[in-house]
Amino acid sequence: MSKNRKFYIGGFIVSLFLAGVVSFYASSSPDGLEKVAGDIGFIETAKDHTYADGVLADYGVKGIENERASVGVAGVIGVIGTAVIAGVFFKIIARKPEKTKR
Amino acid sequence: MHIPDGFIDVPTSAAFVGLSAIGVGAALKGARTQLDDKTAPLAGLTAVFIFAVQMLNFPVVAGTSGHLIGAALAAVLVGPWAATLALTVVLLMQAFLFADGGLTALGLSVFNMSIISVWVGYAVFLLIKKILPKNKSSVAIAASIAAAISVPAAAFGFWIQYVIGATGTFSDSAVFTSMIGIHVLIGIGEAIITGLTVTAVLASRSDLVFGWKNNQKVLEIKNV
Repeated sequence: MSKNRKFYIGGFIVSLFLAGVVSFYASSSPDGLEKVAGDIGFIETAKDHTYADGVLADYGVKGIENERASVGVAGVIGVIGTAVIAGVFFKIIARKPEKTKR
Repeated sequence: MHIPDGFIDVPTSAAFVGLSAIGVGAALKGARTQLDDKTAPLAGLTAVFIFAVQMLNFPVVAGTSGHLIGAALAAVLVGPWAATLALTVVLLMQAFLFADGGLTALGLSVFNMSIISVWVGYAVFLLIKKILPKNKSSVAIAASIAAAISVPAAAFGFWIQYVIGATGTFSDSAVFTSMIGIHVLIGIGEAIITGLTVTAVLASRSDLVFGWKNNQKVLEIKNV
């Protein structure tokens, strides 16, 4: 079991590091779809996001001025949030009713 | 390739909510057969890793970036059903928490990335794996090629949606050429990240990898 634990803790820490630290160095150029929309012109048809003023909108924490900290904290919150939600969700999915257990 | 609100009209967006609901519903059923207590945590970690790596936009050509979708990666690691669910969880998190990807466009984005990209990626993976020798490097190579194709496949999905229900009046063929062209390039990054990740997981916990386990089952049967 300890090997199992090591693997999952390792994977989680790598994810935290990527979202919390490396994300600051990500390219801020428009992504493929945005770029195409801009070049061709249909970017004008985009509407503002419903939660554009949300606390974590665009992977930054509202109120944290330092950009590195803002994106880093947003990333960490996202990783922990995804871990909790996906963890519980897949645990429920994988649960086998006693009857069908062979 | 998170679609903002407004690009695609409401009826088309609504229709794709329906289609995506059918696909995700099927995945909920299918994942029960492919996941067990042992592999469920890997499905969770896959979603976490994809969320993290999707934050890492890499430069593609001047003034354009791309990031991992992770559909082929997830399909190889945890099977296509659980992959559809993992991608959907990530897309929901991004739309509701991080304002990334419009809420009315969620059906469109889920269809392209959680369904088309996953299943095209998985089909390509199986095909390539079949013609390569049965070893771990083949699984990583097959995963990379699957990843490379899964990205333009998602872009193709967007194009279909654009043709059906674009609110703008720009040429369909121009959108096709640009979308596929740029996403073939982004697919190269997808292939590299997918290949490295699959290699790393195979090196430490190959017993958990869906795309490798199936391989071994075939071998076991042959040996008997």
